[in-house]
Amino acid sequence: MSTRRSALLWATSIAVYAFLYIPLAVVVLYSFNDSRLNAEWVGFTLDWYRTLFHDEEMLQAGANSLMIAFVASAVSTLLGTMAGIAMHRFKLRVLPVLVVTPVAMPEILLGVSLLIFFVQVLNLTLGLFSVLIAHITFCVGFVAIVVRARLAGMDESIFEAARDLGATPWQTFRLVTFPLILPGVIAGALMAFTLSIDDFVITFFTAGVGVHTLPLQIYSMIKIAVTPEVNAVSTLLMTLTLGLIILASRLAPDALRSES
Amino acid sequence: MPKRSAERTTRWLVSGPPTLFMLLFFLAPSLIMVLASFRYPGTFGGLAPMFGAGRPGEDTGLTLENYRFFLSDFIYVEIFIKSFAVALLSTLICLLMAYPLALLIARSPKGRRDLMVLLVILPFASNFLIRVYALMILLGPQQALATSLNGALALFGLGRVNLLFSSFAVVVGMVYVHLPFMVLPLYTNLEKHDPALLDAAQDLGANGWQRFWRVTFPLSLPGIFSGSALVFIPVLGMFAIPDLLGGTRDILIGNLIKDQFLGTRDWPFGSMLSIMLTVVVLGFAAIAARLSRRDGAREEA
Repeated sequence: MSTRRSALLWATSIAVYAFLYIPLAVVVLYSFNDSRLNAEWVGFTLDWYRTLFHDEEMLQAGANSLMIAFVASAVSTLLGTMAGIAMHRFKLRVLPVLVVTPVAMPEILLGVSLLIFFVQVLNLTLGLFSVLIAHITFCVGFVAIVVRARLAGMDESIFEAARDLGATPWQTFRLVTFPLILPGVIAGALMAFTLSIDDFVITFFTAGVGVHTLPLQIYSMIKIAVTPEVNAVSTLLMTLTLGLIILASRLAPDALRSES
Repeated sequence: MPKRSAERTTRWLVSGPPTLFMLLFFLAPSLIMVLASFRYPGTFGGLAPMFGAGRPGEDTGLTLENYRFFLSDFIYVEIFIKSFAVALLSTLICLLMAYPLALLIARSPKGRRDLMVLLVILPFASNFLIRVYALMILLGPQQALATSLNGALALFGLGRVNLLFSSFAVVVGMVYVHLPFMVLPLYTNLEKHDPALLDAAQDLGANGWQRFWRVTFPLSLPGIFSGSALVFIPVLGMFAIPDLLGGTRDILIGNLIKDQFLGTRDWPFGSMLSIMLTVVVLGFAAIAARLSRRDGAREEA
């Protein structure tokens, strides 16, 4: 590569990185800014975080989000792990399509079809439960993909050896398969948790009027006006998801890489 | 044969629960939506009752009315065309921004690559709404970007422009939110290229420009196709970005669908629009898969 061309590559790449990071940096910076307007730097303050922790609606939304994320990630990890193992072990036709399609479709389609289904067919009042079901539905696929990727990278002869040594299928699973796929399962669970706590579109259609999650709360706030309280909650959320991603990459670096 | 039947039991135990769950909460709702697109709207919004008799004077049964209505009014077709234009433009801009970056990462020393890729993924750690909100701040009328642009325009005697709440902001938002989806598949592809090919091209007298267009670019087509699908498809269904960054006239398919369900409450028409979107998305996904497989096969040959 000539130096001129490589300089050009570097210049455009740095510009792209700047494009990715400057807006987020501005959000974080203004969350400490002592001014109602996100316009210029006035002085350092923690007031917006204080406002945030006294905002009852926001706290309730945060509690809802956490509860939904915990339950949805637990259930979808169980179902997704089963699906991942089944897709790897058996030649299945239907399950892979059922599990992977929701991952690839625009989210609005799943949201809208679940809305019709809940209201029109199940006669369900929209609320925490409908959001929970919706979140599980789109998270299962992600967990299944991560678990299957983990299994695909493994040496089949380990399982044969276990069988030859007289292990029952259950023993093989408990003593050999499960410990081996565990990092993939944990990575899948963390991914499901992050997806659930971050989801806006599907929640928007399945939550009804009564329940608010954090993204819904943020949406209704920024739809009306831009306030530094949103900067504060954004900064906290970023820190949380960043922590989860670091945790996931520590626990299962390979599982995450094969997913991307 | 006890062993055989044990195998079958395991198979049902493991694949049964996820299959049932997805049949109930993914396939059934999708089929219901197809059905709903052939129904009449109910008197109080939603659908006319699916089963049993409706209220007096309410239309029940199946109809093609929704599809006919869609084709009869050009405004809906126009919104579909506009959505395509936005998706296409966003995909192109993503490609132009992502390609140099992916190429640089692929040609960097091995130890540095993981960090550079991580720096592309990291903004994903923030909620999608937060990223949109960040742009709302940055493009706002009192920010340096808008004031300096309008200052420059004033020098030439031109009027002020609004950056926020415009089609421009919508495209910037789409690009900002989806850019990593383009970088990752491109990088995965470019990283696999054998440097010996470029050396060979150089030995045969190709200059840098020719080496790129004749060797690197054709080989990277599968990466371009899968990256484009990953940007194009979600952009088509997006409603939150036009909602938050666009002006009143920046309505895309996603906004149209959302309004049918939460605004005017014409669910059958909304279902019909969703079906149209699904068909379009499946078509594009099939084309992208086909193109990248064909070029992938050529690459291996």
